[in-house]
Formats: sequence, structure tokens, C-alpha cells
Amino acid sequence: MHFKRPSVLPGFWPAFSYTALYLTLVVLIPLSAVFLKAVTSSWEHLWRVISAPNVVASYRLSFAGSLVAGLISVLVGFLVAWVLVRYEFPGKALADALVDLPFALPTAVAGIALTSLYTENGWVGRYLTPLGIKVAFTPLGVVVALTFIGLPFVVRSVQPVLADADRELEEAAASLGATRRQIFWRVILPIVRPALFTGFALALARGLGEYGSVIFISGNLPMKTEITPLLIVSKLEQYDYAGATAIAAVMLIASFALLLGVNALQRRTRRFLETD
Amino acid sequence: MKHTLRTIPALMLASALFGAGPIKLLNVSYDPTRELYQEINAAFAKQWKAKTGADVVISQSHGGSGKQARSVIDGLQADVVTLGLAYDIDSIAEHARLLPANWQTRLPNNSTPYTSTIVFLVRKGNPKHIKDWEDLVRPGVSVITPNPKTSGGARWSYLAAWGYALKKNNGDDKKAEDFVARLYKNVPVLDSGARGSTTTFAQRGIGDVLLSWENEAFLALNELGKDKVEVITPALSILAEPPVAVVDKVAAKHGTTEVAKAYLEFLYSEEGQEIGARNYYRARSAQALAKFPNRFPVLQLFTVDELFGGWQKAQKRHFEDGGVFDRIYGVGR
Repeated sequence: MHFKRPSVLPGFWPAFSYTALYLTLVVLIPLSAVFLKAVTSSWEHLWRVISAPNVVASYRLSFAGSLVAGLISVLVGFLVAWVLVRYEFPGKALADALVDLPFALPTAVAGIALTSLYTENGWVGRYLTPLGIKVAFTPLGVVVALTFIGLPFVVRSVQPVLADADRELEEAAASLGATRRQIFWRVILPIVRPALFTGFALALARGLGEYGSVIFISGNLPMKTEITPLLIVSKLEQYDYAGATAIAAVMLIASFALLLGVNALQRRTRRFLETD
Repeated sequence: MKHTLRTIPALMLASALFGAGPIKLLNVSYDPTRELYQEINAAFAKQWKAKTGADVVISQSHGGSGKQARSVIDGLQADVVTLGLAYDIDSIAEHARLLPANWQTRLPNNSTPYTSTIVFLVRKGNPKHIKDWEDLVRPGVSVITPNPKTSGGARWSYLAAWGYALKKNNGDDKKAEDFVARLYKNVPVLDSGARGSTTTFAQRGIGDVLLSWENEAFLALNELGKDKVEVITPALSILAEPPVAVVDKVAAKHGTTEVAKAYLEFLYSEEGQEIGARNYYRARSAQALAKFPNRFPVLQLFTVDELFGGWQKAQKRHFEDGGVFDRIYGVGR
């Protein structure tokens, strides 16, 4: 284990200390406060709160919803990035700017707009209802909101990598007789895979913590469409601070494990790329 | 020594800037009282100026009743609280000990200068023929009401429905629970607060009927127009008593105890009562009510104390984790 690595920039120790200090002040201390607050209550109470049926149902919805939305974001996000990098078309600069809009919009606005669109008599919902598809006030609505929020993360992660990718590699592959499919799977995808993982991890993390845009479209029905962050807020409104922080702690640990997993996957693919 | 000499002018400047200014009062209230307290504050400031010669500036803070109580517990400097239900002020007394537990006995009528009730807001022409509580559990009727776990108004609505079923079934608790469960089967979305539900119903066009505070229903009626919605008053409902209290410790710290008390007493004065009635609250004073004939339909009203043994009991049995509301949604274990 090397502690110090040579770098072109001087000042390893100041930089390292600042990183450690920053992570401690801004990330670790507030997060440990969560755990400290949680343990002010008895273990029995905490266990009862975090294992209550409606809370467990909310973990399921929050994690499954974020995973599905993350996957959709990866597929669609890659496509959007591809179009923005590889094609020239009128209004491209506008489309490029539009991608970032979900970052800037207050999430509640997004939630209200999506709800209006997808309710039974909304612009989109009225065409889906006869088909038997209900979006607003169902888990599907949660996925829609989280995809809206997650998409820019994937696009913005993949776009620069795709722009930097050497097109000569593709031409070389083609001249060596590779089919289009082979070029995609064996040349392009390995290059963008780490970026896709990054985008996925960001979208997933954001989805797990998302509150504003989801609570409007989800309907918040117990056991069916309550997301975990809503239950945290709901516990606070019932003055159950310890219970709220206990759920938050579960959320934190699970999210951290999930993100570690995604990062490990990403490292593996990068190593694969480097040894190639 | 040098330091103290230097701080003295600074202190004098500070007291000139802040001390001699008008008296400041913060009224932390719940959602639908915005318009009411705007009018009250102006009238009270005028009266206080005439009486004492001092200026008083009253700031208002609004939000869901429970959320507002939590802010006060967490340190929001409220001189007075005017919340949606007694339980929330009880919580401030219990968790932060900012006022004594018997606060509700300090002013007349359980410290509630005005009352309200729960009524129905329906679409123009009442296409689903919703006249009374029984119509809310019919299949195909979509009911909008917020989550009683987070909304004070929703707790009143829930208890109103329960009380109706209790009275109808000669006090049979099982039947009341069944009725309320059927009602919530017709609820497609649970917003976290009363204003959220009004928006869902009014702006997004969701649902056939909104369970609402009477005053909020009238505000929505004025806002949306009589060609869009109607107010339906059921034959029986709950007497909603949103209470008021001085937050002793905060007021003492600010030196505003006297003016805070006078402010709340003003609510009980004829002028205050009339402002309340004008803002669609049922004033306690018959004289004030008489100035707005035909505004408040007569209906049979029951109180939380009568049917539920007070807020503490109602809260524990119905809305706490593992309570009846959880059971209705299958959260029980």
C-alpha cells in the first residue's frame, strides 16, 4: 500500500489534509450525527421502526424504483449522448442545454408538472388510461419521476468520453472486417462503460434521496407508493426524531453498500480496459 | 479594558437600531389562516397603537400545523402559536416545555376563539350527487384528503367520518372502522398537507370531492369561482377547534408577554370575532355571526372530547404508528 504517489502537482500533504478535513466537516460529521441521534432511543424502538411493514415496503419501492430508473437512464442517456456527440442537426445547442434542465428545475416543479401530465385527464395520461396504463399515483409514476431526474447524470458522464473516443479505432475495426454490431460491443462499449457506470451510480444515488419530484406523482399511499424519504419526513412530523434518523441510517448504509458495489464493478471494467 | 470601551458605543448603536424599534411579534400558524391573520394583525396593531402609543409589527409564518409545531420545538422564535389542533400545541408543551401543560385552560372556550368544521367541496352541479358522508364510500366516488399522519386538517376529516359512522351505528366501533376503511379505499392520493390536497383537487382536477376545512372550502370557492365548485355541508360533522396560545418562554425572553396576551385576547373581542367570521371562521360571538347571515349553515356538531376522549387519546389510538389508520392500510403486523 503506497501512501504517496508521485504527481506532477506539488503539495501532496496540503491537498491531502484539505481533502480529509473537507470530507470530515461536510460529509462525515453530519452523517455521524444521524447515527448518534438514532441511538438516543432504545434498540427495540429502532428495530420496530425500521422493520415496520410500511417502512419495508418503502425500501422496496425506493430501491427498485431507483434501480429501474437508473437502468432506463443508462439506456436512454447513452442514446442521447450518442446523438449529441455524433450527429449534427439544427437546434443541437438547444437540445444540449435542455439536457441540463432537470438539474436546474426545483424538483417540486418537476413533480407537479409530471403529475399534471400523467393523471387520468392529463395530456399524456388521457391516452394511457384507455390502454389500462396508470402512471400517476402508482409505482410507475415514481419511476417516471426518477428517470426524469436521473437522465442528465448519465448523459453528462458519457458525453465527454464519447467525444474523446478515437474514431480511428472504429474505422480500423471496420477495415479489419468487424460488423457494426461487433464495433459497438467490442470497441465503443468498452470505452464508455466506466462512464456509464458513473452515470448509473449518480442517477441511482440521486434517485434514492429524491423527495420533491416524487411525492407529487407517487400518491403516497401506505404500503403501495410511499418512498422512504417520505416516511422519514412523516416520522419527523410525528415528533419521532429517533425513528426518522433510524430509517435515514438504514437508507445511508444500504445506499453506501450499493454505491460501493457499483464503484467496484466500475473499477473492474476499467482495469480490464487498462490491461487490454 | 480597551475592549470594553470599544464595545460600549457598539452596544449603544445596536440598542438604537433594534431596541427602540417597534415591538415585534411572531405568530406561527397553520396553512389556511394566512388571510385571517393579515386582517387581524392590521386591526390589532392599530388598536395597540391607540391604546399604548407603541408600534407593534406582527410577522406570520404558515405551513402544515404539525410541521409548524416542530419548527417551534426546534427553536423557531414564536411568541404566539395559532395551530390547527390542540395536539400540536400539546406537543410543544411536552417536547420543548415552552409553555405549561394546562395552556388550554388559560383562555375562554378551550383557547379557541373561533371554530370551524369539515365540509365537502364538489365539482359544479355535484355530478356524483354527494350530499352526506354515506355518499363518500360509494364505489366510483373519488375522495381527496391529506394524510392524517402529517396533516392536522386531515385528522379532523378522519375523525369527522369516524364520528358520523359511530353515531349512525349506535356507537359500534367495528362498523365505524369499516366505514372509514371504505372511505379511504376511495382516496387515490394522500398529500402531506391541506393546501396540497386543495391543489390536487382544484388545480389538477383530481377527485370528485375534497374533504376540507369550512373556511378553506370557501376560500377555494372564491378563488375558483362558483361556476367550478360548490360547497356541500353534511348534516353532521365535527366541531374543529383550532387553538391559540402564548409561548411563555419565548415571549418572556423577548419581553413580549403582555402584548402577546393582548393579541390573543383581541381575537375574542367583538372586532376580532367579526374579522374571524368575515374570513369564514365560525365566531364564538353570536353578534359577529349575525353580521353574516346564511354564511354558516346549521348542522349537528360533535367534539373530539365527546366522542374520542380528547386529542391525546385520539392521536394514540388512530394516528400513531400501529394505530387504526395504519391498520386500515394493512400496515399492522
